[in-house]
Amino acid sequence: MRYAETGFNLEIDLTRGNIEKVASDPRDTELYLGGLGTNAKIIWDRVPPEVEAFSPENLLIFGAGLLCGTPATGCNRTIVSTISPQTKLLAFSMMGGFWAPELKYAGYDKVILRGKSPDLVYIWIKDDKVELRDASHLAGKGSIETAELIREELNEPKAQVAAIGMAGENRVFYASVEQGRSSASRGGIGAVMGDKGVKAIVVRGTKDLNVADPEKYMELCNDVLKYIKHREDNPIPGVMPILAGLGSPQEMKVHDEKWHTENFMWGNSRVRRRDFWNEEVEKEWTETMEKARTRLISCFNCPMKCGATISMPGLPTYMMKCFTKLTYTMGAFSDLDFGLRIAQKATEYGVDGFSAPQVMAFALELLENGILTDKDFPDMPEDNEGRFFYLLDKIVRREGIGDVLADGTYWAAKKIGNGADAYAHNNIKKHEQLPLKLSMLNPVYFLMYATGEKMNITQIEGQFPQAPFATREEREAFVSDWIQVPDEKFKQILLDWEFRGENSNPYYPTVEMACDIVDWQETMHYIDDALGQCAGLSSFPLKPPYHIHNYPEFISAGTGMEMDKDKLTEAAKRYRTLVRAINIRRGMRRKDEKPPANHWKKRFPELEEKLLDEYYKLKGWNKDGIPTRESLQQLGLGYVSEDFLQRGILSKDDEAADQDTAAETSVEA
Amino acid sequence: MSAKKTKTIKTIKIDVDKCNGCRACEVICSSFHAIPKYSNNNPARSRIRVIHEPLRDVYVPVYAGDYAVAECAGRDKYIIDGKEYDECAFCRAACPSREEFKEPDSGLPLKCDMCEGEEEPLCVKWCLVDALTIEEREVEIDDEEEEKRDEIEIGLESLVNRFGIDKVSDLIAQISKK
Ligand code: SF4
Ligand code: SF4
Ligand code: SF4
Repeated sequence: MRYAETGFNLEIDLTRGNIEKVASDPRDTELYLGGLGTNAKIIWDRVPPEVEAFSPENLLIFGAGLLCGTPATGCNRTIVSTISPQTKLLAFSMMGGFWAPELKYAGYDKVILRGKSPDLVYIWIKDDKVELRDASHLAGKGSIETAELIREELNEPKAQVAAIGMAGENRVFYASVEQGRSSASRGGIGAVMGDKGVKAIVVRGTKDLNVADPEKYMELCNDVLKYIKHREDNPIPGVMPILAGLGSPQEMKVHDEKWHTENFMWGNSRVRRRDFWNEEVEKEWTETMEKARTRLISCFNCPMKCGATISMPGLPTYMMKCFTKLTYTMGAFSDLDFGLRIAQKATEYGVDGFSAPQVMAFALELLENGILTDKDFPDMPEDNEGRFFYLLDKIVRREGIGDVLADGTYWAAKKIGNGADAYAHNNIKKHEQLPLKLSMLNPVYFLMYATGEKMNITQIEGQFPQAPFATREEREAFVSDWIQVPDEKFKQILLDWEFRGENSNPYYPTVEMACDIVDWQETMHYIDDALGQCAGLSSFPLKPPYHIHNYPEFISAGTGMEMDKDKLTEAAKRYRTLVRAINIRRGMRRKDEKPPANHWKKRFPELEEKLLDEYYKLKGWNKDGIPTRESLQQLGLGYVSEDFLQRGILSKDDEAADQDTAAETSVEA
Repeated sequence: MSAKKTKTIKTIKIDVDKCNGCRACEVICSSFHAIPKYSNNNPARSRIRVIHEPLRDVYVPVYAGDYAVAECAGRDKYIIDGKEYDECAFCRAACPSREEFKEPDSGLPLKCDMCEGEEEPLCVKWCLVDALTIEEREVEIDDEEEEKRDEIEIGLESLVNRFGIDKVSDLIAQISKK
């Protein structure tokens, strides 16, 4: 018997309408755990680099994490993986909510889609019964609307629905997959779903999910609950409100937005408004939120309530989480009322809350600067807010200039030409980033931005405080119960970290320390993504209930596999390297690992090179960011190394290959 | 005349305003009642169900109560705080009209047993947001307390109602011959 996982995947060939239930290989679970790990293995094996995002051969995998559906609190992530139309690299986005556990209860770990359906369909999974159903009547419908209509027509109020809106259907490069209170937004996964002709995947499961060592597993779960309570009662002092507690983060609950509105950039990630937050704004925004928010809501089996139901007068109800609360508001230099109104539309259309407002602000900047002209925006309203609604509509319908903007700022700038690329200034690897511009280079963040392959800083940062504590006492208090560290040395790093002087950014944490910190942060995110654990209770917040010391126990008691800290760290390194290998095979190199040139004012090209050199070394990658033959062999990824040799990505003489490419590397200062 | 005695009854108080729809209560209930204990979980077997429709802001955790032979006629709607609830949203019965509170495979009815043998009901313990809390009160009881019907009896009765007494007794006869 398989424990924690079901041991079965659903393979659906949309071209032929063929559906198969296929047993997965338990050895893959040992090596790659599940979720992202096994998704990556499947994509490496079956999606060669010639396959493009919109090729029928591209796979779209909805993978439930290894421990999803077990009683482990907050373990509910669906890891959606495919090749991104925007970055042309591996896209993987995690959605919370209720879908992954439901899939497990239906008896499957993954749904793997290939081919393209000739007509728009939805997939209906109820335990052993799986069918493709006509969705032509749902074309053009909103994602939430679709979910409601499907539940009604199936008479299945408990079915969980992951659906795309118009943006996905029209292959907008930053289209999301929406699932009620959660979404898989980054990388244009919704566009691939639309391209495959799938409007929604609907699932209802009523089967048992087993764990290997019931008593032990329950003891671990109860310890986690106890620790969550402890953290709720003891918020961390000296950090901003959303970092003091657990959650992912709890944007819907917090009214004090001084930090975001004064530190993040407005418009096309340009303008910092240092004195924006005042009593009047606070009063108005708090009122808006209180009126709109009917309830704070959680994902499956989690007490944290990071989401909210939002009802704006005159608009259909929707659900929201996280920072979408402010991205439209700030992109348009508007207020929260506008932000919550347009987010309602954006959620129904299904677009990413980071990219969409930035693309719109970018378009208006081009207009202001004469690179685009009024002719490109026929019948556009005069008022600022009206313009954003207008642009959103154009984009999701791919009408006129919207068709160009639907590809994101990088590709749109290329098409528009005429110097437009200077306005597509906030991308890494062709993907829009958080609107943040800072002064002094931070070595830890430099590495995370440069090398993160999850494309979003929130999906790699965490655990380690974002800034030093002011006093020695605060630092000592912080490290006194810091049980999560994988190694005691991290405590010392924090104790010695200062705002000014020798032990401050950019030269402290030192190169070596920065590499270790980032490696720890990234490892924890990758573990979460394989287990299906929400980062909000694990890799993202300070002092989370899940960490490298209790995860191995969860895995052994859950699955019955032997697991310890080293074995788990190695497994995470294995599939993290495989993710990189997929992208390397698609052409990603060191030259692509660059934070936006203007991310920090004060840059240190030499230090940055050194950071990359050392981090690559620690990760077992050569100077160009390619995993070396030796490290691949050590991780049991000999098949990757052979493929690299065959393709000439690595040569028999690793070192020689390094020399050639290192010269291309440069950092824009 | 029967003598009056008192005993402490624990009931679970539900505050629907605090419920966030996470279904942790369903998870732990089904896990606790797995055989062996905690060996698996399956919310479709839980003895508490969260009736929830997020878009209408309906969140009602309901405990499985007694089994009902037939669905009731003329169900009402309730309007509370401007929200419309179906009467079924508050009903604790396992009844033919819905899938709630029945074993998914056999269709046998389920009933909350207040987590017999545990210090406190586990759904209460796992509901960290206090939508579920425990309330104790003293009640007078008759000496000849209505005898407790056990699970087998209730289960059998529901089978009889579903398939008819002949079929069930035939089946029992067959099984006992094996
Ligand atoms: S912490 Fe927040 S986002 Fe994460 S599972 Fe819980 S409710 Fe969902
Ligand atoms: S555990 Fe509590 S908050 Fe969660 S669904 Fe059950 S009653 Fe509601
Ligand atoms: S008290 Fe126990 S048996 Fe009753 S619903 Fe709660 S967890 Fe289930």
